[in-house]
Amino acid sequence: MQEIHIDNSNAVKEIYLDNAATTPMAPEVLAEMTDKMANVYGNASTLYGLGRQAHTIMENSRQVIADSINAASDEEIIFTSGGSEGDNTAITQTAVARQSLGKHIITTAIEHEAVLRPLHALEEQGFEVTYLPVDEHGRISLDDFKVALRDDTILVTIMMGNNEVGSRMPIHEIGEILKDHQAWFHTDAVQTYGLLDIDVQRDHIDMLSTSAHKINGPKMIGFLYKREGINFPSLIKGGDQEEKRRAGTENVPAIAGFAKAAELLTPEAKAEKRARFHGFKEQVVKGLTANGVDFEINGSLEGENLDHVLNIWIKGISTYVMQTNLDLAGIAVSGGSACTAGSIEPSHVLTAMFGEKSPRIAESIRLSFGQQTTSAEIEAFVKNVTAIVKRLKKNHSEVK
Amino acid sequence: MQDNSQTRVVVGMSGGVDSSVVALRLKQQGYDVIGVFMKNWDDTDENGVCTATEDYKDVAKVASEIGIPYYSVNFEKEYWDRVFTYFLDEYKKGRTPNPDVICNKEIKFKAFLDYALELGADYIATGHYAQLTRDEDGNAHLMRAVDQNKDQTYFLSQLSKEQLDRVMFPIGDLVKPQVREIAKNAGLATADKKDSMGICFIGEKGHFKDFLNTYLPAKPGKMMTVDGEVKGDHAGLMYYTIGQRRGLGIGGDGEDNEPWFVIGKDLTKNILYVGKGYHNPHLYATHLSASDIHWVNTIDRGSDFHCTAKFRYRQKDTGVTVHLSEDGQQVTVEFDDPARAITPGQAVVFYNGDECLGSAIIDAAYNKDRELQLI
Repeated sequence: MQEIHIDNSNAVKEIYLDNAATTPMAPEVLAEMTDKMANVYGNASTLYGLGRQAHTIMENSRQVIADSINAASDEEIIFTSGGSEGDNTAITQTAVARQSLGKHIITTAIEHEAVLRPLHALEEQGFEVTYLPVDEHGRISLDDFKVALRDDTILVTIMMGNNEVGSRMPIHEIGEILKDHQAWFHTDAVQTYGLLDIDVQRDHIDMLSTSAHKINGPKMIGFLYKREGINFPSLIKGGDQEEKRRAGTENVPAIAGFAKAAELLTPEAKAEKRARFHGFKEQVVKGLTANGVDFEINGSLEGENLDHVLNIWIKGISTYVMQTNLDLAGIAVSGGSACTAGSIEPSHVLTAMFGEKSPRIAESIRLSFGQQTTSAEIEAFVKNVTAIVKRLKKNHSEVK
Repeated sequence: MQDNSQTRVVVGMSGGVDSSVVALRLKQQGYDVIGVFMKNWDDTDENGVCTATEDYKDVAKVASEIGIPYYSVNFEKEYWDRVFTYFLDEYKKGRTPNPDVICNKEIKFKAFLDYALELGADYIATGHYAQLTRDEDGNAHLMRAVDQNKDQTYFLSQLSKEQLDRVMFPIGDLVKPQVREIAKNAGLATADKKDSMGICFIGEKGHFKDFLNTYLPAKPGKMMTVDGEVKGDHAGLMYYTIGQRRGLGIGGDGEDNEPWFVIGKDLTKNILYVGKGYHNPHLYATHLSASDIHWVNTIDRGSDFHCTAKFRYRQKDTGVTVHLSEDGQQVTVEFDDPARAITPGQAVVFYNGDECLGSAIIDAAYNKDRELQLI
């Protein structure tokens, strides 16, 4: 193995509180990938020594990944380019394969765009989609789900946990209901893989998509779990890689890095993470409250929530102004997706929770914690938000 | 050198070369510079192409080259409510508005200034060609740009002291070729970018007639002389401006073969009045009346004074005498020499030498006791 020196002294020094968007790579992942990039360049689908070397690494990684969600077999894991490809494949290809059984699909109003947009495209092709509403905590009702389920439902795609407000969905209960139904059950686990203990057999999950870069792994790699017996044509057509389920030369260093990131997240590590992140949430709430900042949580601190996501409504201060001021202070938070110059799309998640007229839609920011987040950073966040709020309120009163 | 590092300046960056050089110069002077792109109009076409997106990419490039943070802000709603609505209302009244004057007053130096203050700015800076000085009493004086061809004080003439106190025009002392030279030497991506023209919502292609027609239904009517002779049909009064020659569809006739010009409009009868000859007497006024008066600073000049004025952008100054009404709400502007094609809706902007004193919006033009144009 070659010796590898990594210099990250040029990285921007920021308080990074946008870990639901992406995470920095773990040093172990970086070392693993750098080693594989330097030493293993063979095409994993070839028959000579170099190819076999790459193939072995890939298959060992596949086993690690399969074990991480208690898949029955490593053959149920398909490597993809990430969460969007997993979601697109699960949704679009299920529809292609199963339309003779029905054209009805159930989802929620607060899925990621990588789920909603393929569904919108299917609607244009004559499929019917039921979008389950959510309450103000971002949760669906199982009764609504039961009412929506029909004999001709072919797919249910419901996220495990929401990326904007952190609400968790009743995946186990839905799996129980669907285990004797023709509909396949897909879940977008991009935000939960790496935080929760996932067991696809226990929860009767048929398909599950993830992304490596949300768990301190590399970008542009993910996997789609597909229970044995579920078959559909590959979304990306070409070579016979991944048992003909996903064409394209396998990115072995990224796959190895992904497996390394997954391996680091033992059940104990995940439990520790959840407890620490929950502590950060409480620290934010206590800090802002003590400093007299007028705010509310979008979602809830109680009940089933993702511990790394905290969405807060800072009353009277626009998302954009708060996010920009925090950026100028060197603190990265999310304020929704800016799609065109100067336009922030109103969040479909907050809209589904509070209605389109709610001031929360234009006055909320999302924090999300990661492995590197410290209590001192949370304190700095609270201090800066307080200072910004005080300055802006003063500006306003001067104008009046 | 003065330490400017504690002074935060938010630069309105349009993606053009002028505002790029503004950001560069301020950064070189050590200010805490932030670039902000303003999106005021959604011009996304049927192919999903939007010039704002392209311009914002240029802002991103230049800001990265200079090493400043950049953001964008959306004022589409404010622009619609405060500028475009006004623009349409003026057209409905048969007048020819100047939206850029109002855009500066309501958006660039109001909504944008407010936003910059929210980011902790001490000043905003723009790529306008104009200069600012301050006297011992703290009065701001708005001065013409060094580049007389580019001078934009006409469009800035409705700004108040409170606004100008927070403004910098860092390229007002340069001529355009110097600005391009600076951009080129610094290797800025926008160094050779073509200047943008005209009003932001009409865009480069300028199919103005089509554009207006999508918002205001045209009412075609008769085109006639003041003596009542019908010369043809007009496509809708709003499409014509006083003094306009092109697009009337009537050629010269008779022995003189002189061209025809728009000399007036009758909104109630929906008549467009035309007259022969560039120097048609109906186009010449001796004075005008105006309202929406605005003075850049509060220096008292009395209610009657002599100065110079422009009645539209890129026009030479004319000597005038200003008579303010007692309540200061109306102004009568008497010309040293008769002036041609005074257009209601445009701004009359007053100057004393190189200083821009302020402006008012033209309501009517007169030749001695007779009101012209019959609007």
